[in-house]
Amino acid sequence: MKDWLDVKFEKRLVPSPVITAVVPFVSLGLALVLGAILLLLAGVNPLTTYGAMLQGAFGSPEQWLKGDFYNLSETLVKAIPLMLCGLGVGIAFRMLFWNIGAEGQLAAGGIAAAGVALFWGTALPAPLVLPTMIGVGFAAGAMWGLIPSLLKAFLQVNEIITTLMLNYIAILLVEYLFYGPWKDPQGYGFPGTAEFVEAAWLPRLPDSRVHLGLLFAVLVALFIWLVLSRTKWGYEIRVIGENPRAARYAGIGLVRNIILVMILSGGLAGLAGMSEVAGIAHRLQKGLTVGYGYTAIIVAWLARLGPWRTLLVAFLLAALLVGGDQIQITMKLPAAIALIIQGLILFCMLGGDLFTHYRLRVQIRRRVVG
Amino acid sequence: MTDAVPLVQMRGITKRFPGVVANDRIDFDVRAGEVHALLGENGAGKSTLMNVLAGLYRPDAGEILLHGQPCVLRSPSDAIARGIGMVHQHFMLVQVQTVAENIILGLNRPRFFLNLNRLEQEIAQLAGQYHLPVHPRAYIWQLSVGEQQRVEILKMLYRGAEVLILDEPTAVLTPQEAERLFETLASLTKQGKAIIFITHKLEEVFAIADRITVLRDGRVVGSTTPAETNERDLASMMVGREVLFHIEKKAVPPGEVVLEVQDLHALSDRGLPALKGVSFSVRRGEILGIAGVAGNGQRELAEVLTGLRKATGGHVRILGQEMTNCPAREVIQCKVSHVPGDRLGEGLVSNLPVDDNQILKDYRQPPLARGPFLVESAIARLAEKLIAAFDIDTPSPKTLVRLLSGGNQQKVLLARELHVAPNLLVAVHPTRGLDVGATEFVHQRLLEQRAEGTAILLISEDLDEVLTLSDRVAVLYEGEIMGLLPAAEAEIATVGLMMAGKRME
Repeated sequence: MKDWLDVKFEKRLVPSPVITAVVPFVSLGLALVLGAILLLLAGVNPLTTYGAMLQGAFGSPEQWLKGDFYNLSETLVKAIPLMLCGLGVGIAFRMLFWNIGAEGQLAAGGIAAAGVALFWGTALPAPLVLPTMIGVGFAAGAMWGLIPSLLKAFLQVNEIITTLMLNYIAILLVEYLFYGPWKDPQGYGFPGTAEFVEAAWLPRLPDSRVHLGLLFAVLVALFIWLVLSRTKWGYEIRVIGENPRAARYAGIGLVRNIILVMILSGGLAGLAGMSEVAGIAHRLQKGLTVGYGYTAIIVAWLARLGPWRTLLVAFLLAALLVGGDQIQITMKLPAAIALIIQGLILFCMLGGDLFTHYRLRVQIRRRVVG
Repeated sequence: MTDAVPLVQMRGITKRFPGVVANDRIDFDVRAGEVHALLGENGAGKSTLMNVLAGLYRPDAGEILLHGQPCVLRSPSDAIARGIGMVHQHFMLVQVQTVAENIILGLNRPRFFLNLNRLEQEIAQLAGQYHLPVHPRAYIWQLSVGEQQRVEILKMLYRGAEVLILDEPTAVLTPQEAERLFETLASLTKQGKAIIFITHKLEEVFAIADRITVLRDGRVVGSTTPAETNERDLASMMVGREVLFHIEKKAVPPGEVVLEVQDLHALSDRGLPALKGVSFSVRRGEILGIAGVAGNGQRELAEVLTGLRKATGGHVRILGQEMTNCPAREVIQCKVSHVPGDRLGEGLVSNLPVDDNQILKDYRQPPLARGPFLVESAIARLAEKLIAAFDIDTPSPKTLVRLLSGGNQQKVLLARELHVAPNLLVAVHPTRGLDVGATEFVHQRLLEQRAEGTAILLISEDLDEVLTLSDRVAVLYEGEIMGLLPAAEAEIATVGLMMAGKRME
């Protein structure tokens, strides 16, 4: 006779609401405990470190009282591209189109917007510069997303490969432009284009770098929420996402929807790129493609593709990134430690998600030799 | 050629599932060197019985004897270790691996080092011995279905199977491939293997079986040999039960021709001809039943009619209008409703709520839509109306369809397809998997729809259902219609023969 533990995952019929609410906190807690072990090994006080992260991401009450919202505003600055890209990839994921090319679509939007600002910035009437940049930036991202969607719709080419590969092209194209033809002749050899004319700068909140892109993100979230919950198109997207065969059976055009959704998805990433160059750098330079497009995939998943949740998750993830950067400065910790803590938190959050859909069952079984 | 002690004996096997007795005190045995055919309709309990023998299910009562010794089979690997191997209808092969790799998949040997050369030699030798020509280095995706089946059989032989269970092995084969399979089986039995052959095709039984056992409703209704019986007797043994419940069927004078199908041709998913020149018509207020064993072109027929599959030849006309190869959306707009055979896979979006499923076909038009927007209040009204009219048992219109019972899921689907007062209804296996109550409800609704003047094409494997509901019956066999006759004149045995490929004009 031999007893053994029978451990298995069972799918839950419906995700329990209590579990869904509790799991993220438990996951976070676990990540913090694991991180604390690491920090103790590194010889620093975990509580002080976590405190410094929080302060780095959001600021402290003393700062707020003095009217200093610098840290919070930096978190918002980082959150804006994550929000826009997260909303973009989220809508594509809804339809089971695995767009992992937000990074490239963002770069394409950035290039196009920069092109408008550099070459037509003075030729266009000032009030038209920003709207043109918005339109062209969106269109360029949409074009970048359209290529894989056409390949998928008509030739069944796997979009994961094509969207990923197009990232490299766009990212390298950005570098080529600011190192080469678009390089600022008066830039003392510094890689980057000339600064845009002021008409091409997105308005900012006073005393901060928080720009109009934040409003774009909120409006886009509202738009996507409306589309998904109130329109025929959103209904088609939901049906395709849940059961493509049923969509075909109901005469819903898959090709048309793949193309439309990718125009929107790529366009939003393009808008993120536009708002980065026009809101932050005011030029095309290194720092446009720092992985927002990839992080946005995590944002979309953690937000379970919900538009409002995407805004929230993007903000929290941005806080994690900014907080991690800050402890390198304030605690003099190596960058690796900050990255490991960020990684632990994401790993636990994504892993914990499993428990909202599955339950763990442990049984003691008895083997009968017969 | 047969031993005194059967290789396998099953005695008094009983297996219950919630609400049904799938196997009721079944005795069955097979001897070395023979093919024992297990015959019966879908749901007769054939697969359950064989799953018990293959170690997938444990019987609730009864015993299994191997070489006369009682034994308990705990798992499929346990069964195969004792020489019982099952080849399932759906192959369990890894497409991107080679034949040799698939054959050793899941085995404990070799422990660590893989000598593929020696393994391939062994397989080639085994393949030669049993006349199962396949190249050990070929990748599965390169093989035809017939060859893949050979790999499955080789897999079992390599594991030392003495008893081979084949679950409807010819269902996926072309006639030529089936012919080769029969040759293989003959050579296997010659070398002392025992074969259990599950089927519902009568002619195959006469082609290869040494003995025949017929199951119906979970019980053995008879055991015989091909010499002692004929197709007619077997057909009535298999399907010849009294109709369970009688349905009041009012006489409805058939009206104008709604659907006209002429010399229709189409290919299956595998690119083989699935419909080979099918012609018929259906009138208002008429139910045309299409009987036949699944896989003889029924699904393809329904899909061509509803715009989901391209016809490669012939015509489909609806109310006189040419509709051949029109997209699904236009067919829907012609008020053609479709109850697909794969309810959850195709007809419903199980992860969306009931109300979202109710609008799947007409969300584009007012009153459900206004411009690009959906009208929430109209959707709610429609959902409430359909839930009441079809007596759908759901906590709310917002409940996910996957949480409903099978019968209620089918009601959701029927409600959506019937409330538009369709010109034509194509219903495929509308009661498959439903309990008696839900079945009766579906039948009642189909007859009501007929009385309201819908032309109905009823495609079903359930002969009782087809004969009770239909005004006329056609039998599909390998993509051709074997005969078309008034239901009142259709005898079950005649239809059974047509289902097995006998043409009646």
